[in-house]
Amino acid sequence: MLPETIELQVVTPERHVLQESVQAVEIPGKEGYLGVLPGHAPLITELGIGILTYHKGSQARYLTVIHGYAEVLPGRVIVLAEVSERAEEIDLARTLAAHERAQAEIARASAGDAEWRQASFALQRAMVRQQAATRGGAGAGAQEPGSSAS
Amino acid sequence: MATLLDFRRRIRSVKSTQQITRAMKFVAAAKLRRAQDGVFAARPYAREILRVLRSAAARMESTAHPLLERRPEERILAVVLTGDRSLCGAFNTNVLRRATTFFREQSSKNIQVMAIGKKGRDTLRKRGANVVADYINVSANVDYAIAKEIGGKIGEMYAAGEVDAVYAVYNEFKNVMVQRLCTAKLLPIDPAVLASETAEAGQSAAIGTEHEEAPLVDYLYEEPLGDIFSGLLPRYLEAEVFRILLESAAAEHAARMTAMDSATRNASELIDKLTLEMNKIRQAGITKELIEIVSGAASATS
Repeated sequence: MLPETIELQVVTPERHVLQESVQAVEIPGKEGYLGVLPGHAPLITELGIGILTYHKGSQARYLTVIHGYAEVLPGRVIVLAEVSERAEEIDLARTLAAHERAQAEIARASAGDAEWRQASFALQRAMVRQQAATRGGAGAGAQEPGSSAS
Repeated sequence: MATLLDFRRRIRSVKSTQQITRAMKFVAAAKLRRAQDGVFAARPYAREILRVLRSAAARMESTAHPLLERRPEERILAVVLTGDRSLCGAFNTNVLRRATTFFREQSSKNIQVMAIGKKGRDTLRKRGANVVADYINVSANVDYAIAKEIGGKIGEMYAAGEVDAVYAVYNEFKNVMVQRLCTAKLLPIDPAVLASETAEAGQSAAIGTEHEEAPLVDYLYEEPLGDIFSGLLPRYLEAEVFRILLESAAAEHAARMTAMDSATRNASELIDKLTLEMNKIRQAGITKELIEIVSGAASATS
């Protein structure tokens, strides 16, 4: 019999981000997003930079994920991310500042060198954070009016 | 003879020293808590990456990888972890003593040293060790980025054949009172670590049986499993380095806390002793004056 939920576990070297029973997960793989439902065939994939979405009940929640690996088992998904944050934890103002800084950096550096690569990585990171924060913030706000004030 | 004023001065100076040691003890205690939290927070990742690595290894026909390659140990890299500051009891001395013993044992080989922590770097340089790389100001705030850098560096040196084995000499955090000196081999990665999937299956039976899943189902891959495996191994090495950095930092803060605690206590004892001495002298002075008055009065009335 197939399991009805997935045990989702997200860990980074620095902390244990999340462990929850969820109905569906979308993982930002290196080659594109992949959706996982309970009973998925076992799979290992490398992660890119993106947003991990998980569905619990009628709610969707978002996490940023930056590099790492994910293992999918029929009833369990383990995400070994290098960096991961929950949408609620993201400071949007700081991310916007980082975005601008990265853009300025890219404009200044010449394409292809180490500084440029660093800056474009920073830019990608900032963009993913912004997306997660706006989606997570707006989505959570609509479903849980109380939480939008925080 | 010491006068009252001398005693007062001594007491005042000991008191201010005590204030400093007490403050340092509290700071170390706070940092220790943070470091300990870090050690605990890093465990799930280390456990999971090892599990994924093992299950990948079990599904592969050959697990050849530069980081697993064994060579006769001719050139050794020793990673020595110390603190950046002293005033932490025998913490740094112990590590350095162990490192020196290790160098002597391996003296027939070519030893290179990577020093993490200012104290170790300075001492080892002075003693003429071949310090090829150093990282300082790590233990104050251990983050994964530095572990990645160090892990990357030693992995690179090993893969390039610059060294044939990498050892770490460090203090392991057992509890607040006890640090355990460790000499651990970081590279080549012991194949037993990867092979013990079956042995470990007993432990992780809870996970396996819960989902009624045979331990060896074939994976779907987005890319060749070999590539994933080669990507995972360095991450595992980094996680190991990270663990060692965290352990050493926690041990350092614990050592500093205990050292400062006993220093504070010693200062209290010294203050008590000095106060007693001072009171005795004061009393002696008073008695002498009394005798003088009494005998003066006696001679006046006679």
